[in-house]
Amino acid sequence: MGIESLAYLMEAGEKEDLFDVILKSDCVERGVTPGESILKMTTLYSAIRRAREGYSPEMRSASGMIGGDGAKMREYAASGKTICGEYIGSVLAQAIEMGESNACMKCIVAAPTAGSCGVLPAVLLPYQQRENLSDADMVHALYIAGAVGQVIAKKASIAGAAGGCQAEIGTASAMGAAALCYLAGGSAQAVCHAAAIAIKSLLGLVCDPIAGLVEVPCVKRNAAGAMIAMSSADLALAGVRSAVPPDEVIMAMREVGDKMDVSLRETGLGGVAATPFGQKISKQMSGQL
Amino acid sequence: MNLFDILGPVMVGPSSSHTAGAVRIGRMARRLLGEGTPRLARITLSGSFAATGHGHGTDRALIAGLLGMKPDDERIAVSFEIAQQADMGFVFSHENLPGEHPNTARLELTAHSGKTLSMTASSLGGGRIMVVEMNGLRVSFSGDLPTLIVQNRDQPGHVRDVTTMLAMSSVNIATLNLYRDYPGGNAVMIIETDKAVPEEGIRLLLDIAGINGVTFVGAEKEG
Repeated sequence: MGIESLAYLMEAGEKEDLFDVILKSDCVERGVTPGESILKMTTLYSAIRRAREGYSPEMRSASGMIGGDGAKMREYAASGKTICGEYIGSVLAQAIEMGESNACMKCIVAAPTAGSCGVLPAVLLPYQQRENLSDADMVHALYIAGAVGQVIAKKASIAGAAGGCQAEIGTASAMGAAALCYLAGGSAQAVCHAAAIAIKSLLGLVCDPIAGLVEVPCVKRNAAGAMIAMSSADLALAGVRSAVPPDEVIMAMREVGDKMDVSLRETGLGGVAATPFGQKISKQMSGQL
Repeated sequence: MNLFDILGPVMVGPSSSHTAGAVRIGRMARRLLGEGTPRLARITLSGSFAATGHGHGTDRALIAGLLGMKPDDERIAVSFEIAQQADMGFVFSHENLPGEHPNTARLELTAHSGKTLSMTASSLGGGRIMVVEMNGLRVSFSGDLPTLIVQNRDQPGHVRDVTTMLAMSSVNIATLNLYRDYPGGNAVMIIETDKAVPEEGIRLLLDIAGINGVTFVGAEKEG
């Protein structure tokens, strides 16, 4: 049930548009009509757009570590002095803003998780604006993103506690790469290879949140995930292919997650969480309980 | 996982298990109490809920759920203030609940009428929850399907009473589980159905000697 492999997407996508392939699969899996499915996905896209409006530069997270950076990046992106250029600057700003909104208890759309909720909006919202795409186009792209996430959830994991941050930001980045590649007119093969290239780029990323909170380093990793989604999509659109078949890349992701020490899987015991600074914040937070 | 387990839920951050799941736990307790906003809530946080709950807004999320909010309600962040306006008192404590899932809360509610409810529930990830205790009895249900909860004396015939009513109402049973504290003591039936149980059916059950309480919790639609 549902989309089981990227190989299936690549094969089915040769004869039929990927969106139609995934829509049919969703209708069978959940027992709904195409209209009901599309309406639900459209509602989700509206929620992503609303979530963007919820951002405020003044809000701060429970620990005080998160807040205000999205606005800084947005202002800098508009200054004309950025290294990456104004467009990528706006992508980075969107990623940070959404991550900050999540940390500050604003409404967001988990994609695939709350901690990685900034990647997809960051690659999709500025792209829609620049390319003047319709909301219907964006909704179709969400199906592509969702199907890639579905395959990863089935063959590996989308939970930081199980597979580390590669399972969260890595999956979000693969979903974003696939969605962008599809919107830019890439073939089903290019779409799946874009996802594979993104996963390989983030393979091994650990989940090491300070004090166990979805704050540091989670928010900034959304910016990194968005950048890798864009670079992976462009590589695939240029005709570059992952040497390792996409499904095998996901198997590698699973293996890496399984081998990852438990201190690096959302326990707040390793990585940046274990630094003296991380420990200090952790102590402060536990004092509030 | 289907497409909408990957994309969504639409929720107030920062964590689907510690925030969205906590709202659902509070909301489930409110619905099981069945008398609107309670007068008093005593809440025990266990495991990771106790350790990282404050930073994740788990405390505010539970109160928001008790006030009837859903996981995407932006007032979750200020639920303590809203509870004060709504005249709902609450007390938090921390205690290790051995053997329970790491993300578990126990709620003891008192309604304005004096009716009480105790419920323990765990947040399983992705916003999904499981009720594991109700009024002192071990149970197991998620609230994903319409759920009928019947509290009765442990004696012959009550399963027949309930299933007959459901059959007469053309309500199909998805799952049926029975729990009791000791032979002849208190029992609970948890019945998940494919559609809503009509109110007259519930009233019918309440007239039967030995049936002490009937609660129906409909499945919640997500945005």
